[in-house]
Amino acid sequence: MSEMVDRDDSQQLVERVEQAREPGGRLTIIGQGSKHFMGCEPQGESLDTTDHCGVIEYEPGDLVLTARSGTPLVQIEQLLAQQGQCLGFEPPRFALNGSAAGTLGGAIASGLSGPRRPWAGAARDFVLGMTMVNGEAQRLHFGGQLIKNVAGFDLPRLMAGSMGTFGLILDISIRVLPVRPAAVTLQHVLPASEALAKMIEWQRQPLPLSGLVYGQGVLSVRLSGTAEGVLSAREIIGGDELNDAASWWDGLRDQTGAWFAEPGAVRRISCAAAAELPEIGGEWVLDWGGAQRWYRGDAPLAMLEAYARKIDGQLSCFRGADRKKPIPLADPRLVEIHGQLKSAFDPHGVFDSGRLLVQPPLAAGLQSSFLSDPAAK
Amino acid sequence: MTIITGATVDRADPQQRQKLAAELRELLPSHCVLDQLEQLKPFECDALTAIREIPLLVVLPENRDQVQAVMRYAYQNSVSLIPRGAGTGLSGGASPSTDAVLLVLTKLNDILEIDADNRIAIVEPGVRNLAISEAVAGHGLFYAPDPSSQVASSIGGNVAENSGGVHCVKYGLTTHNIRRLRYFDHTGELVTLGASGLDAPGYDLMALMTGSEGMLGVVVEVTVNLLPLPESVVLLQAAFPDMEQAGLGVMNIIAAGIIPAGLEMMDQTAIEVVENYIHMDLPLDAEAILLIELDGTEAEVESQLGSVKAEIGKFGAYDLRLARSAEDRIKLWSGRKSAFPAMGQVTTDFYIMDATVPRRHLPYALRRIVELSDQYSLRVANVFHAGDGNLHPLVLYDASDPGQVERTEKLADDILTLCLSLGGTISGEHGIGQEKLDKSCDQFSTVELEQFERVKRVFDPLGRLNPGKAIPTPHRCAELGGLHVHQGKVPFPELERF
Repeated sequence: MSEMVDRDDSQQLVERVEQAREPGGRLTIIGQGSKHFMGCEPQGESLDTTDHCGVIEYEPGDLVLTARSGTPLVQIEQLLAQQGQCLGFEPPRFALNGSAAGTLGGAIASGLSGPRRPWAGAARDFVLGMTMVNGEAQRLHFGGQLIKNVAGFDLPRLMAGSMGTFGLILDISIRVLPVRPAAVTLQHVLPASEALAKMIEWQRQPLPLSGLVYGQGVLSVRLSGTAEGVLSAREIIGGDELNDAASWWDGLRDQTGAWFAEPGAVRRISCAAAAELPEIGGEWVLDWGGAQRWYRGDAPLAMLEAYARKIDGQLSCFRGADRKKPIPLADPRLVEIHGQLKSAFDPHGVFDSGRLLVQPPLAAGLQSSFLSDPAAK
Repeated sequence: MTIITGATVDRADPQQRQKLAAELRELLPSHCVLDQLEQLKPFECDALTAIREIPLLVVLPENRDQVQAVMRYAYQNSVSLIPRGAGTGLSGGASPSTDAVLLVLTKLNDILEIDADNRIAIVEPGVRNLAISEAVAGHGLFYAPDPSSQVASSIGGNVAENSGGVHCVKYGLTTHNIRRLRYFDHTGELVTLGASGLDAPGYDLMALMTGSEGMLGVVVEVTVNLLPLPESVVLLQAAFPDMEQAGLGVMNIIAAGIIPAGLEMMDQTAIEVVENYIHMDLPLDAEAILLIELDGTEAEVESQLGSVKAEIGKFGAYDLRLARSAEDRIKLWSGRKSAFPAMGQVTTDFYIMDATVPRRHLPYALRRIVELSDQYSLRVANVFHAGDGNLHPLVLYDASDPGQVERTEKLADDILTLCLSLGGTISGEHGIGQEKLDKSCDQFSTVELEQFERVKRVFDPLGRLNPGKAIPTPHRCAELGGLHVHQGKVPFPELERF
């Protein structure tokens, strides 16, 4: 196991934010840079969190771990594994130079979740509390170490997925889960329509599911539970057992598997699991039991947009696509709320907002702090 | 909190009330606007009955358009609104004010759509929590969050309070179990948050809206996630000779990798009061009783049951009782569930508290509560969600004795301070409402409260939605001059760790 470094760099980080409040200052928060491809090209000076690292507190019996934002995910997962625990939402660890990367802060700021998400919950569901620095260089603490906490607005969850546009996360208390004692992955070769029907049918049953994905003609089902529970569920699912399943699921989770290694932009549609299948040429992977659909192919964006609209889904350009493409917020009121919330945390526009680019036009008076173009600042 | 005793006085200006009622009757059917004192009186409080005030006016719209009409009117005429569901909230989140119109949403109670394939239901805010599970049971599905008030409490209120319940140790709170919300903003315009899928682009505004106690908007439609009904459910009851051992039992069940569907505890005072009320032969010598519910596939449940018995056996568990059939489980649950009515037999008044502590500090917290109970000469019973460290101390007092009322307030305050000092929070699931506004000053610093205020202003710049609830102004806290017991900043070296 790589050695866990314990270092509190918060004073320096807060000072950097304080300095950036001067005119022309702008910071883009970066951990290990594994999610560099998301959103617009980062703008401003890098605010590096990797020196702010280490686990502050870990109580296995309380299912909670508190760590600094720059702590590498792999180190946290190794520590948890020693106690038979894990990060339930399987945060993607997009590889850098061939090895799994990412920090806890990056995992929460990006809000991404892996294959287990429909059954275990998303990144935001596991966030219990947080210390952050807003654009006024104020150190704020919200939430706590318990799943139940209804004091004040739920700002820790709002921070999840906000891509560092509200402020810098200093430390996070996160709920952890026990690793289930047994797991098996079963596969069926099926056409897409039959595979989706199976996925819907199984999700309506009380089965110990922890992964359900269809791609390249194969439906893969992961069951996790007690040995007896997995054994009995396996009889219902049937199919062939996949050997070396753990690394196969890691390939899906970290997008290092064969499908993701192919060249071409990857687009994503988030939709209801049972939404009808696309009739669009190209390659599709249906993850999350049908609720997360990855696409790679030549279809024009307009065609994908039309499909997303038809199924009441949300299209995003995930990887290798046009980085200037705004997030599709249909309602102008939502656009306005996004701009005003950004200002509520970061009135001077210290933190790069382009990592979560929101569609213009913005409400008057907010543009100065919320446009991704530094010239507008 | 200040416990109010005696009759409620109507402070409203009769002319203002009349004018408002007349204008609102232009927008709503006449019977949907209540302006007579005898009509307003039943709405003088929510389930926090200690705080009462006659509302300026009560409106009960019958559909979404009428809600919008009321909200647009309120915006144009600078009228404050207090949204209310079934009124089962325990922190005064919907307690009325003489200065505001009480907007009651219980008549919007249609289940709009059930989509079994996508395991969702789309419901109006007035639909009762339990009614959702009843409606979808035929599809083999259920809605997981189950606050104790689920027979009566409405889903709109559940969203406003981010309600939990017995089963949230496994299934989470309301915020984990909804995917789309439609609400009217402060101007009366409809906004949709969330999506048909598992996430939506942009900021997680669903998280912000859930638990915001009606301060950011008025929810008129909720899409809830449904789960498959478990194949098997068992309930195990175990007694423990002392609290320490029971606490260790709880920790070890979790550490053994088992997340029970429910994990509840009763302390000795509660056991005694309940036994005298319901006579189910509970062991009176026990310091604690644990109720452990397991659910899943049959094979899964049986193997977990074996592990649970082995774990609690290490800590002296005795008098084990197991219920398998639905009928037997209801019987076994009845002890825990009759705790509140049982209290009514031994006291004229009781105050239900809500706070959390990390599980590892439960035994210490409970011991300290016993000491505080002695110190203030007031009985305290504990019936609570041990699985997620959510305490519900019940303070037994006599409201006709001013001395006892004052001592109850002080004791309650001390218990909350204790929980904060242990890294807990002042509310696990009942909310801040009006009850804990002042105590919030202890949990949050001035800059944190200012951040809340800026977020509030984004949604309600004029401060007309549920004014004076949930988030105290920094000014209010400054006037109180209370101690800011921030998590991790108050050392507690005397604390035993185990």
